Amino acid sequence: MALSRFYIPCHALVKLAPQTRTAVTSVVLERLEQKKKEALLGGGQHRIDAQHKKGKLTARERIEVLLDEGSFVEWDQLVEHDCIDWGMDKTHFAGDGVVTGTGTVNGRQVFLFSQDFTVFGGSLSAAYASKICKIMDHAEMVGAPLLGLNDSGGARIQEGVASLGGYGDIFLRNVLLSGVVPQISLIMGPCAGGAVYSPAITDFTFMVKGTSHMFITGPDVVKQVTNETVTQEELGGSAAHCSTSGCAAGACENDVHLLLQTRRLLDFLPSNNQEKSPVRPCSDPAEREIPALDNIVPNSPISPYDIKHIVEFLVDEGDFFEIMPDYAKNIVVGFARMNGETVGIVGNQPLVAAGCLDINASVKGARFVRFCDSFNIPLIILEDVPGFLPGTQQEHGGIIKHGAKLLYALAEATVPKLTVITRKAYGGAYVVMNSKHIRADVNYAWPSSEIAVMGSKVTWIIPGAVAIICRGDPDLAKREEEYIDTFANPFPTAKKGFVDDVIMPRDTRKRLCADLKWLRNKSQKNPWKKHGNIPL
Amino acid sequence: MSRTGLLAQFKRTLQTASVTKPFEKVLIANRGEIACRVMKTCRSLGIKTVAVHSDVDDRALHVRMADEAVCVGPAPSSQSYLDMQAIVNAAVSTGAQAVHPGYGFLSENCKFAQLLEENGISFIGPKERAIQAMGDKIESKIIARAAGVNCIPGFDGVVEDEAAAVRIANEVGYPVMIKASAGGGGKGMRVAWNDSEVKEGFKLSSEEAAASFGDDRLLIERFIDNPRHIEIQILADSHGNCIYLNERECSIQRRNQKVVEEAPSSFITPEVRKAMGEQACQLAQAVDYQSAGTVEFLVDSQMNFYFLEMNTRLQVEHPITECITGVDIVDEMLRVAAGYPLSYSQSDIGINGWAVECRVYAEDPVRYLPSIGLLTKYTEPSVQHNDSKLGVRCDSGIVEGSSISIHYDPMISKLVTYGPDRTSAIERMERALDEYVIDGITHNTPLLREILGNERFRSGDISTKFLEEEYPKGYSGGALTALQKGELVPSVAVLHHLKTNRTPSDDSVNYVISCDEEKVPVTVTLQNGKYSVTFEDKTVEVSPTGGTHGTLQEFKLDSTSVVPLQHLRFDGVTHTVRYRCCKRDVTVLTPLQQKYMDTMPVKVKEDTSNLLISPMPGSLSSISVEEGDEVLEGTEVAIVVAMKMNNSLKAPKSGKIKKIWAKVGDIVDGDQKILEFY
Repeated sequence: MALSRFYIPCHALVKLAPQTRTAVTSVVLERLEQKKKEALLGGGQHRIDAQHKKGKLTARERIEVLLDEGSFVEWDQLVEHDCIDWGMDKTHFAGDGVVTGTGTVNGRQVFLFSQDFTVFGGSLSAAYASKICKIMDHAEMVGAPLLGLNDSGGARIQEGVASLGGYGDIFLRNVLLSGVVPQISLIMGPCAGGAVYSPAITDFTFMVKGTSHMFITGPDVVKQVTNETVTQEELGGSAAHCSTSGCAAGACENDVHLLLQTRRLLDFLPSNNQEKSPVRPCSDPAEREIPALDNIVPNSPISPYDIKHIVEFLVDEGDFFEIMPDYAKNIVVGFARMNGETVGIVGNQPLVAAGCLDINASVKGARFVRFCDSFNIPLIILEDVPGFLPGTQQEHGGIIKHGAKLLYALAEATVPKLTVITRKAYGGAYVVMNSKHIRADVNYAWPSSEIAVMGSKVTWIIPGAVAIICRGDPDLAKREEEYIDTFANPFPTAKKGFVDDVIMPRDTRKRLCADLKWLRNKSQKNPWKKHGNIPL
Repeated sequence: MSRTGLLAQFKRTLQTASVTKPFEKVLIANRGEIACRVMKTCRSLGIKTVAVHSDVDDRALHVRMADEAVCVGPAPSSQSYLDMQAIVNAAVSTGAQAVHPGYGFLSENCKFAQLLEENGISFIGPKERAIQAMGDKIESKIIARAAGVNCIPGFDGVVEDEAAAVRIANEVGYPVMIKASAGGGGKGMRVAWNDSEVKEGFKLSSEEAAASFGDDRLLIERFIDNPRHIEIQILADSHGNCIYLNERECSIQRRNQKVVEEAPSSFITPEVRKAMGEQACQLAQAVDYQSAGTVEFLVDSQMNFYFLEMNTRLQVEHPITECITGVDIVDEMLRVAAGYPLSYSQSDIGINGWAVECRVYAEDPVRYLPSIGLLTKYTEPSVQHNDSKLGVRCDSGIVEGSSISIHYDPMISKLVTYGPDRTSAIERMERALDEYVIDGITHNTPLLREILGNERFRSGDISTKFLEEEYPKGYSGGALTALQKGELVPSVAVLHHLKTNRTPSDDSVNYVISCDEEKVPVTVTLQNGKYSVTFEDKTVEVSPTGGTHGTLQEFKLDSTSVVPLQHLRFDGVTHTVRYRCCKRDVTVLTPLQQKYMDTMPVKVKEDTSNLLISPMPGSLSSISVEEGDEVLEGTEVAIVVAMKMNNSLKAPKSGKIKKIWAKVGDIVDGDQKILEFY
């Protein structure tokens, strides 16, 4: 990395004659003080005021909220750009529009950059990019999470391709860091054009409602190219990305909320792929019985219930950090703890589209599973799945390859993998949802389980199995009854050993906590490969 | 227990030892808490129980408590719990010898009693004739007069139509009360002060009467101002014995639905009690009453009492009578139905102590809207036998994980406390409510807690107008008093510190605690394992008693007061707690975080002034307008039926209707838009 050109040329001082050094040093000190003062003001007080007026904190204020108080150590405060075109040689700001450095969150080291919208609209120069790359390299070296606070107008146009090159340098590092340390992007203002590909590669992208936007091309270009009239908010606001595109993992009401939630999320995660998540001392008994679970699944197979209730009953203190709560709601994913240990929860949500797997749910689930597997986070799968969603929209949309992502991710994962079948486990979806056949460690079924190739009759989502195998049978109702008798219970599966045990729902927490304990030293390796070829 | 109480118990023990149990197997034709209540007594007597249930109740507590259970139909009660033939079939097929109807549903249906008899099954309740006579509000008053019971003046007949309703109301003189002839309790009961209110009341009451009882007959009578509602519990057997178990005062009512009841009454004298009890027995004997029954009276400020009606069933609030008399009323009902004599005589019945009952409803106490959903947290106040908790009884039919459904009455439980005197019973109730963990749905415990703390209630100066007089604009939710703030702030501060510092070491940390728009800077200090909290120039020592996971936490302040705090949720920033029954969001930030939080803009909510929003989940039973219609503000435009109640939705503004978003028959969510105005 050609980073040295941004360093203060300290060696120049040493070469001066001793008698002149004191004077020079004091001049330097004065200049240093002046520069540092300037740096703290970013683009100046009036731009700071403008930033506040929009309801946003400044780059530095955000760092104050995000990190433990007093822990921030800034790097490259004195970096300036070296562009001389378009009059840029006359305008310089210490730090050049991005604050970078390291600090702690609840005592654990993180590296971060915080883009400063008050300086050149937060636009990215080559120098700016180098600052970011420097902390990314260190995050990799020491194995600490990388946090990117995005609030930037995009490339610094005056620098031309040098700015684009800067993006490329960052993207490359995002890719190399992927699966090495957790990377979290916070979108806290505009994030437009090529800039969006950094957050896109990171593990989680969060947004602020109303004040953050992400798009490849903004409303003006959209209007020119497609003649579509759309607002920034409609095109790339938090609602668009949290519920429609699935590009963001969640959104918060304001900057402070987002930064505090990020602290909460970091507490669940390990610092890098060589470590396990920190274990939180927990007073919630691992053996806690949950009688409420015995009655939570309705008897009628078509009655919905909220899987999140089950999650909250099961996990430590009911504390569940949901990822992508508003996207593909038919699958629920997020972090929780069992007996103090972080786990990744993946649950079908019967409340939405009967909990079926469709394209979006498969992709959401797969990406979450891969994150957990990368970072040694055990997986708990809560299964109530009637199958994959049928229809031309799904088939032509590629449910085959997208559904395969979830299968691939779960099959490939080597972290402890536990499955609880709460009710339905039908068809291919049964195999996909962490079945024994794809190396799940422990599979439990509740007494309400039905595990079969397909449901007995035509409900709104499942073609009738009986109608197929007993075509032309005059007494279809009777055959249906027989089918239910045979398959609408956990016994055929238990008989084959495809579930390890049929357990009372009330014992689920107890059993899972015990299993996670012996699985802590699980060691499983996939065959050597450069990398697999997940169906993208 | 008093001497008479002990004697009675002794006598009873001898009797139960000498006679066989009344029945071998009893079917309970009800659901929820009352079904569970009846089963408890059956169990204690060694009687096998059969539950009936609708398909959505298949794993309800009453079903699990019973020895056998039979599904009698789909969710709507008219197709299950009110389906007489299905219930009789269930009794026959399970070999039940008797049926206890509980209250509501078929409890006062003489056709049901008759049908059971035809099938050789005993009805645990009075004979058909008594049900019929007392169930008919007109006939009951004629009988009452003849039996020498004081009656309300201005009483009149059955109502055919709207015009008749107005005519009768004018004859009786305003204000009048309109209610269903067939039903007891407050359902379908409305007060009208003028002709147009009579018309509206007639319409709504008759519809509700039809929906609840399948009988749309109505009754209009003079409405007595400022009355107390005091009722006498009686027991009568087939051997000519009739006794009264003293009174219950049920004056704390909202729209004629009882909210808080107590026994005895804080008002009447022993002489009046005796006179009321004797008249109640005279009435019972006049109809050859055999079972438990309740004679309701209105009592004016001069202690004149007037017969209101007789409920020929086990009453919701019977537990408070059981508490002060030591009589198990259900047991006596079973005995009477089996033809045995009562196990008590009038001289056995005394008044021991004081009992208070709170009806805990799944209902928003501010907007009085029913709330449905899953009970994500539910723990009843403990009844461990230590001094402070003795005397708590919670009659419920649900457990954690149960659902409050749209199909049935939204009552969660009846919480009863008992003490040597009124004050101790009320104080125990306050404590019990503070410890009662109910979450997942909205409920009325904040209102109950408010009533218990009300000065006028404490003094016993109450009437059926109590709630409307004390809270003319309705209950608005509990504002935090200075005293409460002094308890809540240090407790939450320590709770937060415990939650966010799992391995605490001696230290001092500053926080800002925000609740109800108020911000309190605090310092939490941990020294030698002891927490102290400094705020507003004072320092309080705080001793947490629980770990970090339980919902109910207790904090001892300065080793004196104990603050019960229910911790419901923590999202990393905001703790949702229930303190003194009120749910509050308490945010705990560091001073720096708070400084920045204060600069964050307040987001404006979406403008809904152009919309008519369903205030509660339910089924949309009618829409009386079409798109393009002009309506005046306040006009009824739609009706949502929830929990058997018709809820009239009125136009939020005057104007033209732009779009209708829902159609009749839709199941609507709370907050779902129904109409949009221009």
